[in-house]
Amino acid sequence: MFKGRDVLSILDFSTSDLERLFRKASTIRPGNVLKGKILATAFFEPSTRTRLSFETAILKLGGSVIGVGGEEATSLAKGENLADTVRMLDAYADVIVIRHPLEGAAKLAAEVAEVPVINGGDGKQHHPTQAMVDLYTIRKEVGRIEGLRVAAVGDLRYGRAATSFLYGICKFGVEKLFLVSPSPLRPREEVLEFLKASGVEYELTSDLEKVMGEVEVLYITRIQKERFPDPSEFEKVRGSYRLTPELVEKMKEGAIILHPLPKVEEIDLRVDESRHARYFQQATYAVPVRMALLSLLLGGR
Amino acid sequence: MPGNSQELVVRKIERGTVIDHIPVGQALNVIKILGVGGEKHTVAVVMNVASKKYGRKDIVKVEGKELSTVEVNRIALVAPEATINVIQDYKVVRKNRVKLPERIQGIVRCTNPSCITNKPREPVTPTFRVLSRSPLLLLCEYCGSRISQEDVVKQYAG
Ligand SMILES: [Zn+2]
Repeated sequence: MFKGRDVLSILDFSTSDLERLFRKASTIRPGNVLKGKILATAFFEPSTRTRLSFETAILKLGGSVIGVGGEEATSLAKGENLADTVRMLDAYADVIVIRHPLEGAAKLAAEVAEVPVINGGDGKQHHPTQAMVDLYTIRKEVGRIEGLRVAAVGDLRYGRAATSFLYGICKFGVEKLFLVSPSPLRPREEVLEFLKASGVEYELTSDLEKVMGEVEVLYITRIQKERFPDPSEFEKVRGSYRLTPELVEKMKEGAIILHPLPKVEEIDLRVDESRHARYFQQATYAVPVRMALLSLLLGGR
Repeated sequence: MPGNSQELVVRKIERGTVIDHIPVGQALNVIKILGVGGEKHTVAVVMNVASKKYGRKDIVKVEGKELSTVEVNRIALVAPEATINVIQDYKVVRKNRVKLPERIQGIVRCTNPSCITNKPREPVTPTFRVLSRSPLLLLCEYCGSRISQEDVVKQYAG
């Protein structure tokens, strides 16, 4: 059941929930099923794709958008507490999407709000709708998720998209996970514990070249400076991995490269032309997946 | 040489609570967690005595105070095997084992500085799921961080 539900973590969704979402995403068309419904966005951290794709999704279904972000969100956060901001949006809107630099902010918002709350990213912890988009992309572009060999490359420690991706992909019984990162950016202890408990075979490595020919899916993320508790730690690892055309040449036929975007220096621009690159396609899928999610949460048909 | 005879070091109390079977070294943490270290209470601490069950143990006696359930459960954070003896007229009238609930609310802070539970002025109570009782391991329900017994004791000692 989706109706009225909060979307805080990908862990809260079963594979059958996700299958239902994917079916909906592949058939949904623009229309008026959410006419009169209002989506509120509360972005206490910069966002372009997540915010715009949610706004596009609700508009395509006949609803409308209100929101706070940028300067306004910053000054709001100085004046009143998060709970009061959420209470205001709860009174005005039918669903709230929140992004916040602190872990657990979306959970607090969900406790305060009556309407469904969607976590658009909380600190380094969760980004469930990005994981939904990522899994949907694999389903569409490879045809299946089950039994694949998958590499997650980049900041696996502070990056919430990568963490949510790992949580999500484990649900579908992948054959093997390669966790490729410089050692300071290996997944947090609780994430590794989760992988162990879920029984998936995984390997920690910093050797990107070695895994290129091993996998059907390569999921790469950027390093985000603002997540680092200590900026000098960031300087040590920046630029420590980079996907080049020479590396991409080693990939299996049909293997795909995903990236939650925005990308910076971790992907050579020439890779964009590669037949393996699917990250722009992935960004396109963000709209139907979020349309499907909103339509299921708000009970539209 | 640590003492072997409890009688040597422990005077019986008329009324109050005896907390027995505390792991060696945790007696002072028990006192901190209970907040009975101040001037209001008479407290006797027995450290590192022989125990049939554990080899060595600590004991804490609080005169004139009966512990509430909340206080008893708080002890379990540092002494998951402790026994609580309620004393009246020099006799044990009730004996309870401590029990740590499956969820802990309010008595422990999250160690993650960017956890929403550490943000001031928000209506949020730190809440943890107990992953392991001995040694203690807690999972923050808000940010997913793991809190060890050491972290918990540090909070009370700080
Ligand atoms: Zn926390």
